Amino acid sequence: MTDIDVNALANAKARGERPYFFDDPAVERVLSITMAVATELAVMRERMDTIERLLEAGTPVTKANIDAYRPGDEAARERQQWHADYIARILRIVHQELEALKNPDLNVNSEELSDKQVAG
Amino acid sequence: MPGVLPPTYDRTVTHGMSPNVGHDDIARFNLLTNLNVHLGQSIFPGTKLAFENRVEPEFKRANGRAFDDQREMRAAMRADPLYQMWAALRRTTMEMRQQSGRQIVFRQREQLSAKAQSFNDGANTLQLDPSVEIPDYLSSVDNHWMPGSYYTETAPGDVAAGACYEIGLFVTTAGSMSARGDGGGRTLVSFLREQHPEFQPRRILDLGGGMGVNSVPLAQAYPDAEVIVADVAAPSLRFGHARARALGIGNIRFVQMGIDDLRFEPESFDWIQSTMVWHETSAATLIDGMKQIYGLLKPGGLTLHIEQPNFTDKTTLWEKFTRDWDSWYNNEPFWAKLHTMDVFQVMADAGFARDKMFDEGVEADIEQGLYQSWASTLSRHKPELKRAGAAQNDGARKGERWYLFGAWK
Repeated sequence: MTDIDVNALANAKARGERPYFFDDPAVERVLSITMAVATELAVMRERMDTIERLLEAGTPVTKANIDAYRPGDEAARERQQWHADYIARILRIVHQELEALKNPDLNVNSEELSDKQVAG
Repeated sequence: MPGVLPPTYDRTVTHGMSPNVGHDDIARFNLLTNLNVHLGQSIFPGTKLAFENRVEPEFKRANGRAFDDQREMRAAMRADPLYQMWAALRRTTMEMRQQSGRQIVFRQREQLSAKAQSFNDGANTLQLDPSVEIPDYLSSVDNHWMPGSYYTETAPGDVAAGACYEIGLFVTTAGSMSARGDGGGRTLVSFLREQHPEFQPRRILDLGGGMGVNSVPLAQAYPDAEVIVADVAAPSLRFGHARARALGIGNIRFVQMGIDDLRFEPESFDWIQSTMVWHETSAATLIDGMKQIYGLLKPGGLTLHIEQPNFTDKTTLWEKFTRDWDSWYNNEPFWAKLHTMDVFQVMADAGFARDKMFDEGVEADIEQGLYQSWASTLSRHKPELKRAGAAQNDGARKGERWYLFGAWK
């Protein structure tokens, strides 16, 4: 077995300047790290789901059984639904901004409102 | 909003060259696939709203006129916070897909190379030529942020680039290329069987076919034909040849050769194909390649191309911006230029007769029964393909459509 640095190869940079979309690239770095961590939590959750399903079925919870597990249609649907719900939860702030864009009435400013009342 | 749930990654069909993919690898791909779907379905529509409700009106207010061109519009969009978020998430999701796939492949690189060798050793149907140079349209930037692109060898006998591409495709397309990833090839076959059942090619050239994912269905559909896959990328060809062998396909040859230098006998092919290739080349290659195709086709032969449809007079500035996005931010720099080129004119300049040219929105042939019944697939190119389909084949059939153009010689 040749000694290869899998992480260096897996994490290699693609040729070409990386575009940064936020005004401050630091924001993008943090977003990128946050999404990677979020992904790993979802991976852990799917593994937990497998363990629960093995336990329910009375199958010994071994590493081999976890790795060999393939969900049936219903279990697969439930697991995909979990991922979808999870993504919607962690991207909540984006969706709230989107909602306000659709309906600007949701964006009344409380400071202005309060100042107006004080003045009144 | 209740959205589409994509199929799980474990429903992809494996073969003798597939890497071993563990439980957590699948889970990671499942999350990333769902994230792609979410970005496309739930957040991307918001960027259009941001354009219409905020970016465009503000520009008009400040400048007293509408956007002159895409460049101006792109600069304005880049300042919009919702757009910034969507674009940054899409970018990072693509990077995570590449990273996850490479993690799987590189930890078993040696085993995959050995497996490939066992299929490839002594075969005269794999013809590598180390003198072939990588054209600068591939070497300047790595297409779709795929580190090392299709062609980089990280060790002698390497097949990793091919393996990485094949396993990651599902994630980006949410399974819409079918469980074997071969939706392009299958679609060509069903199109020809339906529209041209009399066409029985004996010699087929698949340009830029790489790992032959879309070439294998052609070889299967026409077992008496010889399919030749020409590509510059040795690791992809090596992987593709072994993959075809593992699938039991014998009538396919993998040749290391660039589109810019096709060394075959004149008028020796019945069919010359390219499937989602031109947008990763250049204008010069498209123009010259089409001339070579004309010379290599037998009289009565067919050339077909699955590609991005051209922009038309009706294409709005917004559509242009979204359809060109991959050119600027997905490392596919010819993509935008191709939208503006008249491919019919390119074919005419190469010698093809106008009345022998055609284009169609062809219903994608995605193998049924492999995915869960609730799973519905979507492609990141779906909107434009649907448009192309509607323009070409209004309401004839229901499924997703892919754009295809071509000519008979």
